[in-house]
Amino acid sequence: MAEHEAGDLRLVGLTKSFGEFTAVQPLDLTIPEGSFFALLGPSGCGKTTTLRMVAGLEDPTAGQILIGGTDITRTRAFQRNVNTVFQSYALFPHMSVIDNVSFGLRRRGDKDFKSKAQDALDLVELGHAAGKKPNQLSGGMQQRVALARALVNRPDVLLLDEPLGALDLKLRRQMQIELKRIQQEVGLTFIHVTHDQEEAMTMADTIAVMNAGYLEQLGDPATLYEHPASTFVANFLGQSNLLRARITGQAEGGLLTADVHGEQILLDAKNVPEGLTDVWVGVRPEKLGLGEGAGRNHLRGLVTDVSFTGVATQYLVRMPWGFDVVVVQQNDGSARARLGESIALSWDPGREFVLDAAQSDLAGMDEVLVDG
Amino acid sequence: MAEIAGVAGPGVHHAPTKRANWVPYALLAPGLIWLFVFFVLPMITLGSQSLQEGSVEAGYTFTGNVSIYVDALQKYWPQLVRSIGYAATATVAALALAYPLSYYIAQKAGRWKNVMLVLVVAPFFTSFLIRTLAWRTILSDTGPVTHVFQVLHITDLLQFLHLTNNDTLLSSKFAVICGLTYNFLPFMILPLYAALDRLDPRLVEAAGDLYASPWQGFRHVTWPLSLPGVVAGTLLTFIPAAGDFINSRLLGNTQTVMIGQVIDSQFLRVLDYPLAAALSFILLILILGLVTFYVRRAGTEELV
Amino acid sequence: MTWLRRNILLLVSLAVLGYMLIPNLVVALFSFNNPVGRYNYTWQQFSTEAWLNPCGAQGICESLSLSLQIGLIASLVATMLGTAIAFALGRYRFRARSATNLLIFMPMATPEVVMGSSLLTLFLMMGVPAGRTAVTIAHIMFCISFVVVAVKARVATLDPRLEEAAADLGANPTQTFLRVTFPLAAPGIFAGALLAFSLSFDDYIITNFNASPSSITFPMYVWGAAQRGAPVQINVIGTMMFLIALFVVVMGQVLQNRRARAAA
Repeated sequence: MAEHEAGDLRLVGLTKSFGEFTAVQPLDLTIPEGSFFALLGPSGCGKTTTLRMVAGLEDPTAGQILIGGTDITRTRAFQRNVNTVFQSYALFPHMSVIDNVSFGLRRRGDKDFKSKAQDALDLVELGHAAGKKPNQLSGGMQQRVALARALVNRPDVLLLDEPLGALDLKLRRQMQIELKRIQQEVGLTFIHVTHDQEEAMTMADTIAVMNAGYLEQLGDPATLYEHPASTFVANFLGQSNLLRARITGQAEGGLLTADVHGEQILLDAKNVPEGLTDVWVGVRPEKLGLGEGAGRNHLRGLVTDVSFTGVATQYLVRMPWGFDVVVVQQNDGSARARLGESIALSWDPGREFVLDAAQSDLAGMDEVLVDG
Repeated sequence: MAEIAGVAGPGVHHAPTKRANWVPYALLAPGLIWLFVFFVLPMITLGSQSLQEGSVEAGYTFTGNVSIYVDALQKYWPQLVRSIGYAATATVAALALAYPLSYYIAQKAGRWKNVMLVLVVAPFFTSFLIRTLAWRTILSDTGPVTHVFQVLHITDLLQFLHLTNNDTLLSSKFAVICGLTYNFLPFMILPLYAALDRLDPRLVEAAGDLYASPWQGFRHVTWPLSLPGVVAGTLLTFIPAAGDFINSRLLGNTQTVMIGQVIDSQFLRVLDYPLAAALSFILLILILGLVTFYVRRAGTEELV
Repeated sequence: MTWLRRNILLLVSLAVLGYMLIPNLVVALFSFNNPVGRYNYTWQQFSTEAWLNPCGAQGICESLSLSLQIGLIASLVATMLGTAIAFALGRYRFRARSATNLLIFMPMATPEVVMGSSLLTLFLMMGVPAGRTAVTIAHIMFCISFVVVAVKARVATLDPRLEEAAADLGANPTQTFLRVTFPLAAPGIFAGALLAFSLSFDDYIITNFNASPSSITFPMYVWGAAQRGAPVQINVIGTMMFLIALFVVVMGQVLQNRRARAAA
């Protein structure tokens, strides 16, 4: 059994190919010890493959995996101090809950397995279910048993493979907060794989966004959201309005002027990458205000859709050049707009992000929304 | 319970996932070697034996004389044709009897399902020879069945159809086919049951919703979806029935001699090994032809 | 009339079941017969003599014992060989898959006459004498395929993620097999073994080709009896087999149901 090596998890040039197809392009990543890390991306982006390589369930084609200073690349799954919470839970149907949870401890010859397993079950609030069989428990309870089974071994890294996918919305929200709490209490490194960007942003300290085998961007949720490095990240995390613009000149106060389909707007020079002229100006829906009072940049359009979602109201405002801008306004009593109304949208420079126009504005969007 | 039938139990079917290293080959080797040595090799020696000439006392020499096959066919084609005919009749009869039962157990039996499956398999618990002998009792000349058939003039009908020779039931074509059907009925029932068990009853409901009468629902939905089971059952019934001779020995007469009997007697009594081998091979080729035809259409994954 | 129409399927089904079970009933019934003459086909008078003296007929219990021995050995070996093959087929992707499937299927599809006679020719050529060994070898051969079918059906329902989870939790391959794979596959393996045993015990044609006068199995004894004269003991043993097997299966079902009910 490998020694307990505390330390950061490092992936160095980690690659996985299946014949001609490369699932994971050479990946360099450092996951700090004790952090809650998320691998986020659409299905097929390579996140699960990466996870399985860290678990030892998939052999890398190239590259290394290190925990602290120790290279564990060549070790087999059962030799690593890495445990997985599987998407389908993978609880052993022929064993009771407590036997499931103590499985890992017993394989390592831990004499104390009974009390440790009971403690783990108490941690996930299932202490009373120790004697039951997995098929007697609900989905949410099974998921917590799977978590306890992995946690009890105090691994160097705990891997979670879309563990909340099968739960309904309310339960999922609850478990997200639970998992965060447990991670902070136990202090282990958690790596959470998910395609749900809201989930990743809720739970993780750091997110790695993956796309078609490549790492798109690495950062904390706020940075990824406010300053996406690519259109993929911009569209994948939350919603973005990408406006095609051409930088026309400079203005006072560290601002730049830009032309958006004939309209003049101002950009914060700090947000504009060096040397770009043709750009996408990205403005998040919640940054836009109805009416002209919300900022110095103005656009005018026609309201084509009003959707009330409880907390907020989402508007689609059609611009003269045919593009539907998404505006989200909290239902806090501020001004509303009606369907068919012609209104102005405004925002201040500095609230935008700017990306190279060479990138596709469709990257990272759901297939179903893309047509033509 | 259903596993005894070699029928997949309930639950999700997981496709094989692991890529080959040496492990699968190591697992396969012992069993496949056994099968190769004691199944494939014998077939080869059988083929070679059929092309030899000589006798038990003088020994055999390989002459490659293919004319023995022609001889065998000339002499015994009636028995060959008869075997195929009987087997085909028994198979059709078995299908007709098995389908309603399989359908009922799969779709309608509810909590009686397991009980009925046990009852289907139960006859196996007694040696099939003993059971076939029991048919001699059931169809005996002085027994109740014969008496009832005579009273209802069914015996006359059977005689008219040349299924029996006189107004008794034993020692006749009828008895042999009855026996064949009886013996291989479970082999038809179980694959059929497996296929019908997988049938989603909502599909038949959908058909009804779309204006199909019960008969049309059966014809266009149930029957086609049960076809894999029908084919499997047909193969598992027809093939052993064609080679059987127990039934015709115990329940038939000299006019019902099947090819299996001929092979058996040639091998064990007449000791004409080349001829017997040739006949065996002819039977085998016939059956291989059928299996190939089926495999061509359905692939090999469903076989095992 | 509508009652008839609604229940016609049930009635037909029961009729077919009856057709299948009547011979068993006849066998049981006639085990109480006291026949005149050599054959036991017509009812004479009720007698429990055969039941009180089940080994009364000469050679019957010896043949029974031989069949049991061969059955056990053949079933054991066939189960081991067949289970290994089933795991390979059910878990791994490998070349020559089609060929393997075909090789496994062929013994199930080949007429017994052909298999028995071909084995005889091989044994003659190899100089293997007819007798128990030859018979046992033959039985193992044709049982393997059936074991594969039974076990493979079960293996196909095993979630491979469970084995991954075991490895993930520190179980090496042996431990994974012993603690996860094998317990879950056990019902299928047991079913395969049971099937192999019944096939071996009941076999006549292949056995007949490869046996010697000193190795008479139970089916061979029965066949001989059908020619020479069937003692009532045959019915007795047949009925006993039926009852024992029925008991085992019913017990298995009851235990399964009880376990399922406990979990619910």
